[in-house]
Amino acid sequence: MHGLMNRSIQCFLRDTYGAATWAAVARQAQLGFENFEAMLSYDDALTDAVLEAAVQVLGRARDTVLEDLGIYLVSHPERQGLRRLLRFGGVGYADFLHSLEDLPGRIRLALPEVEAPHLVLEDHSSSEYSVLCHAGLAGAGHVVVGILRAMADDYGALTLVEYQGVAPDGAERIAITLADDDFAEGRRFDLAMQVTP
Amino acid sequence: MGAAPPDRPDLTAIAAGGLDLLMPMHVRIGSHGRILGCGPTIAKLHQGHGFLDRPALEVMDVRRPSGVEDLRDLRRLVGRRLYLKLAALPGLTLRGIAVPMPGGGLLLNLSFGIDLIEAVRDCGLTDADFAPTDLAVELLYVVEAKSAVMHELRGLNLRLQGAKSMAEEQALTDTLTGLRNRRALETILRRLVEGRQGFALMHMDLDYFKAVNDTLGHAAGDHVLRVVAQILTDETRANDTVARVGGDEFVLVMPGLADAALATQIAARIIARLSLPIPFEGSICRIAASAGFTLSDSYAQPEAETMLNDADQALYAAKRAGRACVQQYLPPELPAEAPREPQTSRRKRGPSAGPAG
Repeated sequence: MHGLMNRSIQCFLRDTYGAATWAAVARQAQLGFENFEAMLSYDDALTDAVLEAAVQVLGRARDTVLEDLGIYLVSHPERQGLRRLLRFGGVGYADFLHSLEDLPGRIRLALPEVEAPHLVLEDHSSSEYSVLCHAGLAGAGHVVVGILRAMADDYGALTLVEYQGVAPDGAERIAITLADDDFAEGRRFDLAMQVTP
Repeated sequence: MGAAPPDRPDLTAIAAGGLDLLMPMHVRIGSHGRILGCGPTIAKLHQGHGFLDRPALEVMDVRRPSGVEDLRDLRRLVGRRLYLKLAALPGLTLRGIAVPMPGGGLLLNLSFGIDLIEAVRDCGLTDADFAPTDLAVELLYVVEAKSAVMHELRGLNLRLQGAKSMAEEQALTDTLTGLRNRRALETILRRLVEGRQGFALMHMDLDYFKAVNDTLGHAAGDHVLRVVAQILTDETRANDTVARVGGDEFVLVMPGLADAALATQIAARIIARLSLPIPFEGSICRIAASAGFTLSDSYAQPEAETMLNDADQALYAAKRAGRACVQQYLPPELPAEAPREPQTSRRKRGPSAGPAG
């Protein structure tokens, strides 16, 4: 698994539950080191070990932990990166949904070695959508649910996002009802990045 | 596209709304050379600046191909890639292409080219300002994603550099005893010499260590070395340096120590402790030690190399004088100033002591 994913899980646990909780998870998972490096690669088994350890240490269901991770990745004030990259997908939430299939390609542009989840969007009507998610990590669909919910808030759209389970081919299905694309004032998005020193 | 029927109204007048969607950065120039109209993004760039009805070559400057003075010149460049600047945005070079319009005018389509990022930032553009087919937003995305990746890589590089420094730090340590090694010693000596700080340099060497190794084995030898290291550390101050520079050779650097009597006393105490039997797995290891030292104050211009050599000479003099002795190196040119007793069991003078090593 690419370090970026592992590092994201680490930051999520640390920023949400505190450094002591992350340390406990790292111990429980028997990582043997304190920090994941975002730009290195790790054995896939480590990611599962960390998630399992987080489930035990937090006493929360794996699905919930993964969904909270998705929400964190988009909405945590310290983490603007993913949110901004996703906002490049379109002017409104519907546009954003239509751009989801581009996501693996976009991620490849930046980091060719990342195995991004494969996403397929089905638009049943202008308000009813499904996303099919094929990913290496079991339960990755829950992360996508978290991301979709947080991005709806970001755009100011009123949506219902529902995890519908795993199809026989392993794809996780997510249903999205877009009730109002312009429900609330979304977060501001400037195309041009703030110049970082 | 076939010939338009002559009765068809002005193509651009009909299609202006469509042109705005397809090419939000287009400019329509009339046959008189004045701006007839433009797409919404060009209009946005000219908010507060007059643009409509002004002579096209007044509000834009075709930089390349050069020599564009009037509309006739521009017409000759139909189909060519143009590099031009808008008077309203003198800092940006735009790209463009011109095609003829019915009635003698020109339709010019523009893009930001490589100045896209500055343009978006300076003009507050949004993705609504670009045609849906335009990859400008993708370019912005790539730039931003790459910047984020570079930022991460810089962080990683810094951390790796830190790890490398730590590894180097560890490489200054003798792994068996935890004492400093020769490399560390050289660094410390250089620092002291360059800093003109007075110090004592003591070379110490174990006697009978080889016998321990030969009779009780290397495990016993290693144990003895660790015990020796502990004793040397115990008997020196925190800012002294104890280095293992050979199998059973040690160098002590004691900053601020200029008193030969005190140095002798320290050496004697260490030698006394090293003479005590060292138990190891039911056996007893017996070693002794000799020491030679020199003081930086004895030199007009102390040099690490010379001092190491002199301490070494003193050590061999001590060994010759009988084991478990300590000797100070005294430069030959120094007058026999009042001998500071008790300095050594036997005093050595000059490096005449002969066969070292």
